Amino acid sequence: MNGEYNTTATTPAPVIEPGHTFASVTDKISSIVLTRPASNGWFLGFGIAFLATMMLLYAIGYLFIRGIGIWGVTIPIGWGFAIVNFVWWIGIGHAGTLISAILLLLRQEWRNSINRFAEAMTLFAVACAGLFPLLHVGRPWLAYWLFPYPSTMGVWPQFRSPLMWDVFAVSTYATISLLFWFMGLIPDFGTLRDRATRQWVRVVYGMLAMGWRGSARHWHRYETAYLLLAGLATPLVLSVHTVVSFDFAVGIVPGWHTTIFPPYFVAGAIYSGFAMVLMLAIPIRKIYGLEDFITTRHLQNSAKVMLATGLIVAYGYGIEAFMGWYSGDRFDSFTLWNRVHGPYAPWYLSLLACNIFIPQLLWIRKLRTSPLGLFIVSFVILIGMWLERFIIVVVSLSRDFLNSSWGQYYPTRWDFMTFFGTIGMFLAAMFLFCRLLPMISIFEIRTLLPQAEGKASEAAE
Amino acid sequence: MKRDPIYGMMAEFDTPTALLAAARRTHQAGYTKIDAYSPFPIEGLAEEIGFHNNAVALVVLICGIVGGCTGYLLQYWCDAVTYPLNIGGRPYNSWPAFIVITFELTILFGGISALLGMLALNGLPMPYHPVFNVPRFSSASKDRFFLIVFSSDKQYDPAGVRSFLEALQPRSISEVPS
Repeated sequence: MNGEYNTTATTPAPVIEPGHTFASVTDKISSIVLTRPASNGWFLGFGIAFLATMMLLYAIGYLFIRGIGIWGVTIPIGWGFAIVNFVWWIGIGHAGTLISAILLLLRQEWRNSINRFAEAMTLFAVACAGLFPLLHVGRPWLAYWLFPYPSTMGVWPQFRSPLMWDVFAVSTYATISLLFWFMGLIPDFGTLRDRATRQWVRVVYGMLAMGWRGSARHWHRYETAYLLLAGLATPLVLSVHTVVSFDFAVGIVPGWHTTIFPPYFVAGAIYSGFAMVLMLAIPIRKIYGLEDFITTRHLQNSAKVMLATGLIVAYGYGIEAFMGWYSGDRFDSFTLWNRVHGPYAPWYLSLLACNIFIPQLLWIRKLRTSPLGLFIVSFVILIGMWLERFIIVVVSLSRDFLNSSWGQYYPTRWDFMTFFGTIGMFLAAMFLFCRLLPMISIFEIRTLLPQAEGKASEAAE
Repeated sequence: MKRDPIYGMMAEFDTPTALLAAARRTHQAGYTKIDAYSPFPIEGLAEEIGFHNNAVALVVLICGIVGGCTGYLLQYWCDAVTYPLNIGGRPYNSWPAFIVITFELTILFGGISALLGMLALNGLPMPYHPVFNVPRFSSASKDRFFLIVFSSDKQYDPAGVRSFLEALQPRSISEVPS
């Protein structure tokens, strides 16, 4: 488990602080849900997030009345904030699935402390992401036209389009993420059912637990199903952002039509997702006193993942620039020139600072173990990844092949209200999640304890 | 069939190792209708009570294949049979463009069947189960480990099972009413 760290002089932080028992981890995590009263800080935070959600509903309501003309999208920049935010949110979701599925298959046991809330983060982020294309279709009440259903018009979807692939990829991703999350919660619902003191609480968690009783036969099937679901979610998570990148790469717009997009989008997704995981984990572990379970080891490892994926993203930028020059294509090289010298140059340069240069600070061990430092770097990365999508969407569309179809993009207040509104919705959902569900997987934490090792050899005697 | 008023005899243990040992000895003593309960999965426990293979993987395989076929045939039928459109002169059956959705539906069907198949094979949801009649059993989701011999076992006789379980040095023994 810790072999990789033995090369360094200092011993690694443990995945879980010593001294815990099955009972103490159970009580510690379940008491947050069952007995701890909601603090004033929680009400304040939830209240602000809730108000932002109301702002989102207001913006959407007005959008329904007036149409997407209230947004800054216009020809030539027909995608604007809606697609920028969609890609940003869905990318953030990817870290949750990476932690829950890929790290499970790779037997990275440290993921047991952070997978639950990372999966919740995925779900809420995908919900925010899904809103944008839905609203962007202009007439959201007809969005079901995207699905193949036997309509009286006799019209069927055109499956050669990446936009159709996206519909299937994102809806499959949302469904599988929900199933994975719910499946992990079933044994913990059983724990909450057995711990709850109030009758109605017992009934609610009891219904969600569906009669889970921890039978060895049940665990056997459960573990098989959990591993298979992880095995299915692993290629899925890699495919989702690949398909999102196809929305761009299959088009012919300069700056979009490149083969580096799929891997670089996936790396960028995980990059921003881990930044969001850290931005959530750092306050949560502090406020709820969960430093025993989310240790500096988790912060360090997440920082290392960000460093690695950040370098892949930097490589992607490098290849984009190289191909702009090497292809000899006038439009491609102009795209590159325009990014550095055009009207959006300040944004491109901030993007380079946020995504490439500032994250290099993560090479410093002291920063990787400092919660505040990591929080700030994560925030910078999230801004950088948003800018990246802005540059890809807006700069390319604003300068395509003909000078006559050039334009500038001016987001309106409704764009900003919708964007910040989804952040509010995301945070409001996270606040509720912290109070209603165990935010750390209790049964998986139990398996991390040394006394959980059932010694088959000793048992034989 | 008339329901037996007694569901089985249950013993409580403190550690996973004790439960593993008890499960092994009970199974070796010839009891076949037994089960073990633990707050987390214990490697090898299912094998100790004589449960070796489960059908979840087969269910997922079949549903995954069905999903993949559904995905391809759906697209083929829409774009090549019932509503053929000429898009840039490409063939109606443009299989490379159909890969993505074929893949997604494979995952979707396989994933849904993994959860539902696991629940169905486990007989869940099951709102009532006799083991919950034992007050101490609420610790099975916290820090205790339980072994049960069902009264449907052909070797079952209350006094014999009780003395056999007592020899395993459990923390407590209780009879489970059904």
